[in-house]
Amino acid sequence: MSTRDETFSLMSRRAVIGGLAAAPLGLAASRAAAQGSGPIRIGELNSYGRMAAFAVPYRNAMQLAQDAVNKAGGIKALGGRPIEIVFRDDGSTPGDATRVAEELLTRENVAFLCGTFLSNVGLAVADLANQRKALFLATEPLTDALTMGSGNRYTFRVRPNTYMQTRMLVEAVKDRGIKRWAIVAPNYEYGQSAAANFKRLMTAAVPGFEVVGEQFPALGKVDAGATVGALSQMKADGLFNVLFGADLTAFVREGNTRGLFEKRTVASLLTGEPEYMIPLGDETPEGWITTGYPWETIEGNGHKEFVTAYRARFNDTPRLGSLLGYVVVGMIRDMLEKAGSTDTEAMIAALEGLTSQTIAGPVTMRALDHQSTLGAWIGETALNGRQGTMRQVRYADGADYMFPEAEVKAARKA
Amino acid sequence: MDPSFLVLQALSGLASASSLFVIASGLTIVFGVTRIVNFAHGSFYMLGAYIAVTLVPRLLDLSYSPAAFFLGVLLSALLVGLIGVAVEVLLLRRIYRVPELFQLLATFGVVLIVEDLVLKIWGPVDIAGPRAPSLRHGVEILGQRFPAYELVLIAVGPLVLGLLWLLMHRTRFGVLIRAATQDREMVGALGVNQARLFTLTLFLGASLAGLGGALQIPRVPANAHMDLSIITDAFVVTVIGGMGSVPGAFVAALLIGQLQAFGILIFPKVTLVLVFALMAVVLVVKPWGLFGRPEAASGRVMPPEGIPSLRRFRPADVALAGLAAAALLAVPLLGDAYKVKVATEILIFALAAFSLQFLVGVGGLVSFGHAAYFGLGAYAAGLLVTGPLKAPMELALLAAPLAAAAGAALFGFFIVRLSGIYLAMLTLAFGQIVYAICFQWVEVTGGDNGVVGVWPSSWASGRITYFYLVAALSLTAIVLLRRVIYAPFGYSLRAARDSATRAEAIGLDVRTHRWLGFTLAGAAAGLAGGLYAFLKGSIDPTLTGIPLSIDFLVMVLVGGIQTVMGPLVGAAFFHALKDAVMPLTEFWRLLLGIAIIATVLAFPRGLAGAAEAIRGRTVARKPVEASA
Amino acid sequence: MTLLVVEGLTKRFGGVAAAKDVSFSLGAGEMLAIIGPNGAGKSTTFNMVGGQLKPDSGTITLDGRSIAGLPARAIWKSGVGRTFQVAQTFVSMTVAENVQMALLSHHGRTRSLFADARALYRDEALGLLAGVGMRGDAERPVSELAYGDVKRVELAVALASRPKLLLMDEPTAGMAPRERGGLMALTAEVARTNRIGVLYTEHDMEAVFAHADRVLVLVRGEIIAAGTPEEIRANPRVKQVYLGEAGTAAAMRARRKAVA
Repeated sequence: MSTRDETFSLMSRRAVIGGLAAAPLGLAASRAAAQGSGPIRIGELNSYGRMAAFAVPYRNAMQLAQDAVNKAGGIKALGGRPIEIVFRDDGSTPGDATRVAEELLTRENVAFLCGTFLSNVGLAVADLANQRKALFLATEPLTDALTMGSGNRYTFRVRPNTYMQTRMLVEAVKDRGIKRWAIVAPNYEYGQSAAANFKRLMTAAVPGFEVVGEQFPALGKVDAGATVGALSQMKADGLFNVLFGADLTAFVREGNTRGLFEKRTVASLLTGEPEYMIPLGDETPEGWITTGYPWETIEGNGHKEFVTAYRARFNDTPRLGSLLGYVVVGMIRDMLEKAGSTDTEAMIAALEGLTSQTIAGPVTMRALDHQSTLGAWIGETALNGRQGTMRQVRYADGADYMFPEAEVKAARKA
Repeated sequence: MDPSFLVLQALSGLASASSLFVIASGLTIVFGVTRIVNFAHGSFYMLGAYIAVTLVPRLLDLSYSPAAFFLGVLLSALLVGLIGVAVEVLLLRRIYRVPELFQLLATFGVVLIVEDLVLKIWGPVDIAGPRAPSLRHGVEILGQRFPAYELVLIAVGPLVLGLLWLLMHRTRFGVLIRAATQDREMVGALGVNQARLFTLTLFLGASLAGLGGALQIPRVPANAHMDLSIITDAFVVTVIGGMGSVPGAFVAALLIGQLQAFGILIFPKVTLVLVFALMAVVLVVKPWGLFGRPEAASGRVMPPEGIPSLRRFRPADVALAGLAAAALLAVPLLGDAYKVKVATEILIFALAAFSLQFLVGVGGLVSFGHAAYFGLGAYAAGLLVTGPLKAPMELALLAAPLAAAAGAALFGFFIVRLSGIYLAMLTLAFGQIVYAICFQWVEVTGGDNGVVGVWPSSWASGRITYFYLVAALSLTAIVLLRRVIYAPFGYSLRAARDSATRAEAIGLDVRTHRWLGFTLAGAAAGLAGGLYAFLKGSIDPTLTGIPLSIDFLVMVLVGGIQTVMGPLVGAAFFHALKDAVMPLTEFWRLLLGIAIIATVLAFPRGLAGAAEAIRGRTVARKPVEASA
Repeated sequence: MTLLVVEGLTKRFGGVAAAKDVSFSLGAGEMLAIIGPNGAGKSTTFNMVGGQLKPDSGTITLDGRSIAGLPARAIWKSGVGRTFQVAQTFVSMTVAENVQMALLSHHGRTRSLFADARALYRDEALGLLAGVGMRGDAERPVSELAYGDVKRVELAVALASRPKLLLMDEPTAGMAPRERGGLMALTAEVARTNRIGVLYTEHDMEAVFAHADRVLVLVRGEIIAAGTPEEIRANPRVKQVYLGEAGTAAAMRARRKAVA
């Protein structure tokens, strides 16, 4: 219910401001000054419409966390000011997203930006943040470029990037003695870069490693029959899968029927995330090595309490998006407490090297590349009744899988 | 290669072809009869899948049998057919008299509404449907396993083709469909109840789309992105087959299914562009598709859809235009920083829309791929400043229109050989090819991540300075382009649009003029694209994509295709609307769709067209008053 | 002097010969009518001369230059103006603009980007319109005109390039009977004054016999007779094959009278 209330309150405020006549004369004073009293406003933009499966649970958890922070007395270093997250749909294109980001910065007077889902949107907003000298906490985009070649000092990223997730998987499969691999990945940057990372890391880790074939179906349009047929033909012993969402479900069903996964080791990115596992239902394949978020098995760090609170408030189970949203708000609180100010430079200084105690364990924002050490859970897929789950799970701390420092320095020298 | 593998791959291709045909047959029938390019066909497909994943499990609970499964599939198809009827009766029927392009716009509004309604009703999580009982297993073929259900799908295509043939040849309704496809006027002349024919046709078309969607549920989970992922493919199939031709759609679907199945073996990354490249080749070689026929040349003179007659600015108009320009230029003085930003975007979109209007309204060349030239301009500018050259913004802004013009000249050479819907589809195909190049050529274009760091020179980097720079360039380009419309070249384009036969008979080289016109419009769009890149600081493939092309078309149509300056109003209105609606709710697409449909219903000639009509009425009334 | 020489013109559609070995010639200032029943190949012949169709074989020589198979605009350039069975005009333009458009093309100005089209060749256009009696309607949209007037405008457009040869495909089709005589008389006068050769097809026998200098009779793609109107009237074969459909012809005439 409170979700709806939030939407309503946003609506009425926007409706008033939206009137053409309502523009105040003159430009808003600097963000820091405008943030002087009242709640600390945070601009969160994400694909709540097009990527709702991820973004709505994410927003739910952010609201949950925001209420928790405020109930606990707000940001103490700022005189107990509460935080207020202003949610906006980013339109799922860089063009729309940068405009929305401008709106948040100039009109909503937010202290800083966070969010975005798609990598190209994240990169565009990051560059805008750099240009406007505003802090941007990129929570979800996975592209390595965001903290590497296109990284900038105003942009920080929370989720483990493509490289880190691939590296976690590589570590899990490298000792299984499998050399002949086939790769299937969606035909866009995330898929291509995951495939490239996989090849690079496996080549280094497994002598005699060989890619016998690759398939890159268009994102969201996998022709499952033809793709599975082509992959079967490659006679690989291992299969590295990067497909997710509807593509994954179609691919798994086709592969199950045709026996593609039998007697093959499958390493699969993200498949263990509830967002992608729930639709698989009773067709969840057994024994895939994957990264994910088996929320029901995670103990400690207050995670159980988070699950209880989340389920009570939203009558739904948490997704990876929920975890992320909750973690992000915690990091934001810690950053503000440390900075004691909403001045951009102070916040950057506070965030660099900041370690937060989160429901996933301690997470540090590495100063070198502005990449957090949030990790992921590694395990094998399994069927539990009619639902997929993960077994033999362990938390892979992101700190162990970061880009090597030399590589970061080479990539970010610009 | 293993021969058994080739057989299986061919079977996979046949299964995809069958599914594609079922969907495309509905699209082609609807187009044949109503001449509506129905964007909502993909939405019908998606609804078919969602209804089926809801309905079929309930039936399977009652009786776990293949019969229950397929009964559920058929019921879903029929329900979607009824939704098609609702769309026809509530919406399309009210706008049969307005230009065909407006009907297209209305169907686009339906797409937006259905997209969000589906999210609202079924939620954002993909819903995997049940598998068909007794068809879950794989069948051993030549020592390899092939899904039994796909064997059924392979049979469904020819079955639907056969049933449609019977319908077309053995029923009065079918005969009327064929007659209307060949000559729409004739059916009207025969005294047929056209409204009923159209309603039934929509029912048939939507049912087929629904059937296509429902049949997919054992393979693909119902998800909110299915509509757009299928609609372009369905268009490609109908165009390659020849619009209105059901057998043509069948052959085209087979062709695409096999090409896809084997193409990915050779080029694993080809999926993005394969079907569009095929469509481009087919249209270049066979301008009306494989089985299509040129529009029946019955010698009737159809009034063109674009600008009917050029009106000079009257003093009142000059005052109005001046006032609008002054108001716009005063935005930085009156509005906040964000308004300046939005106003800058509006100026850029106004130029892009105006350049499209130059093609559509003046030249009669409907482009579904205008963003390609906008994007080419943006990429040229963006790559120049960020690439090894590190060129200054000034040079990049000069290069933007030139690069776009070069692209437009290259593609336009083939495009102007076609006409009508085929021309529009070829623009779409080339647009998609540009998109694929930007997307795939990662080393140069940055792939789908694009390139960031495209910022203006320091003197122009302030929001307000850049606003005035954009204003100066956009307005100058618009004024010049407007001038061209009133110049002999613009008249020549309009002459060619009104009657190509007459134009050729007075010595006008229609193709060359259209080609030059296309190039000029491309250049203007390219300038807009370059300005946009510097405004956003980044370039990425969405700048060349179909959604942006559709946005431009919507701006032109909402503003009024029949007025010279209408698209400027449309750009301002549409963009301001989007900006106002987006922050309200994540269901902003729903609101946008409703707004578009309301605009089409209330102002079937566009906003500026409506203003014109009101003024026309007062002018027309004057002589009466004088004589009274 | 012979202006147009057509020899052995043939065109097939599928297996059917729409025009078979058609030959004739036309002098400057002469009016030559092609008649024949429906489907006799009149329009086909016509469209080959005008460049709307490409002949399968045969030659077409205008003023000593071969024009067979050239595109319509090249044929126009070599001095052929034409009107169509269903009038083809630029419906979004005014009467004057239609003629100005033809003049712009004639003067090679169609690619001019910034000149004001409405001011160019206006007087010349008005002169041409005066010649066909449409001066007073110059500012009206051509879409508002009665069909007879549209045909006049089309004639003015066809004349704008000062052609040597005028092709008119059923110039009086669709016109009220009263307007027909006027248009044909006007055409004949213009043709004779300016020494323009006129080739026209016609259904209306009165229009044919009143104004043509010579008549060709085409049946099933072949010329079965040629000569002066009097000779054609007297030709027994023509009577048999064509005018032999006297019943139909008479009925048509009677109906037209009734309408008038």
